[in-house]
Amino acid sequence: MTELRLHGLSYEDRLRSVDLTVRPGETVGLIGPNGSGKTTLLRCVYGTLAPTAGRATLDGDDLHALGAKARARRVATVPQDSATEFELTVHELVALGRSPHKRFWEGDTDADRERAAAALARVGLTELADRPYPTLSGGERQRALVARALVQAPALLVLDEPTNHLDIRHQLDVLALVRTLGTTNLLALHDLNLAGAYCDRLYVLERGRIVTGGTPAEVLTPALLDAVYGVEAEVIPHPRTGSPTVVYLHGPPGGQEPSIM
Amino acid sequence: MTTTLRPARTPVRAAAPPRPARYALVVTGLLLALAAAAVASLALGSVRVPPGQVLDALTGRAGPSPYRTIVLDVRLPRVLLGVVVGAGLAVVGAVLQALVRNRLADPFLLGISSGASAGAVLVLVIGVGGGVTTTLALPAGAFAGALLALVLVYGLARRGGTMTGSRLVLAGVAVSYILSALATLLLVVAGRPEQFQEAMYWSLGGLGSARWDTLALPAAVLAVGVGVLLALARPLDLLLTGEEGATVLGLDTARFRAAVFVLASLVTAVMVAASGAVGFIGLMAPHAARLAVGAPHRRLLPVAALGGALALVLADLGARTVAAPQDIPVGVLTALTGGPLFLWLMRRHPEGAPR
Repeated sequence: MTELRLHGLSYEDRLRSVDLTVRPGETVGLIGPNGSGKTTLLRCVYGTLAPTAGRATLDGDDLHALGAKARARRVATVPQDSATEFELTVHELVALGRSPHKRFWEGDTDADRERAAAALARVGLTELADRPYPTLSGGERQRALVARALVQAPALLVLDEPTNHLDIRHQLDVLALVRTLGTTNLLALHDLNLAGAYCDRLYVLERGRIVTGGTPAEVLTPALLDAVYGVEAEVIPHPRTGSPTVVYLHGPPGGQEPSIM
Repeated sequence: MTTTLRPARTPVRAAAPPRPARYALVVTGLLLALAAAAVASLALGSVRVPPGQVLDALTGRAGPSPYRTIVLDVRLPRVLLGVVVGAGLAVVGAVLQALVRNRLADPFLLGISSGASAGAVLVLVIGVGGGVTTTLALPAGAFAGALLALVLVYGLARRGGTMTGSRLVLAGVAVSYILSALATLLLVVAGRPEQFQEAMYWSLGGLGSARWDTLALPAAVLAVGVGVLLALARPLDLLLTGEEGATVLGLDTARFRAAVFVLASLVTAVMVAASGAVGFIGLMAPHAARLAVGAPHRRLLPVAALGGALALVLADLGARTVAAPQDIPVGVLTALTGGPLFLWLMRRHPEGAPR
């Protein structure tokens, strides 16, 4: 199993000397407000940005120095969306996930097609396999990108807001799926309750710096939510699973005070 | 971790190789159509050659006759040049569209063809090597011009970080005009009158200069170019998923793009040196091919090549017969059919629409 370490990772003024570890097999969540640097951090890990200082290493190998292809064999990425002007079908897009493992002139074998079909089945998109990718809804596209990452057979899986466009059913499905893969996972999440329920540990980013890190119970506290997000909230254990659950205190703007206060 | 993944509703099965039957059908159909168009092109023109005589000439059964000369020495090289140039421009168009991720890309619209024309005219005017070596000097000059135009257009369109289709086409048109104007200026100031006449070929496009000895280079470059690009089908497909998508799937996009741009310029330059700037083949053929067999390049490139060959052979047949005995420059006909298609594509895929 694979370990990811960031040592003093910086990118311009958007990311300032971040130290972070994802231990073998762990699922680690990055949380933080909009513009806190989550996506920049992930891009430095999956290689579309070159860090301006510091390093990201995978089992000791510098990810940036690895080169695109060697990196893609070990790191799969689910970006927020994948632009496509041309109409690859969903199956064709997912099958491209085998590319890092093939010479550039090699076509797809039957085994590759089976892998792609199996991945599509795992994310529940079998019926849409022959549809043009651009015609899918946001949530279906995101699941297709998850399927593409599965086909890549990575050691480290990096996901940027994987639940962004998904309905609640598919949010839970995708996160549960990620945990069953046996990969080391790093994901940026907006939803704090999903982060609390599905991540082993969380790091909190604010203006490019790590504010704190630890287990969800250690990180998700009313004090932190107030300091980082500027919201008032209670954190209670989930009645069935015990995972920390954030309950926001929201009153109407200019209206009556929230009743709990 | 209490949720379980929904079991797949349909059993896992290997999807059939996508549309194989359709691909075979399209390729067969195009080959038959191309053969028919070629035979028609050999038979029709200012002199009509009976179909039987065409076949006799092709199979070598005909003795020396004017028909045989017309078919074998005049029309056949012209038809073959049409096949080669049409296929070359179509393949380059398809590849350029993947490289810049825009279906409005075409060697003509991106200014590459004009760059090649200007380079060829420069060679013509300064007269490198006199008459004999021009079969190589012209394409070399065209290649240099094509590369220069491509670098200019790409650099101009990219400024400001994002590259939109409209910026690309505007930059292409502007660079195209500038280079054409420079070429004309050069001809007027430094060229001889007969060179001016000759240079009109490059600005309008035509297959009239086809001879057996000018056919080998374009044919060889086409064969090598298509072979290499077919081998690059997978990385070309990766480019369709966007800059980020291609990178996370292991493609060094900057290096790959640069290398394929150079190859595309080379193919364009050699085609332009042979036939002038024939526009819109590189736009029409890939578009039709995508509709027929989808976007993956392993299927797209052969179909686009056959489609481009067919389109140019038909256009040239039209150019020779519509106003016979007048020979209309074939570039005029391709522009008349391709221009409206361009406008239709532009309306159908407005920028800013979700991609």
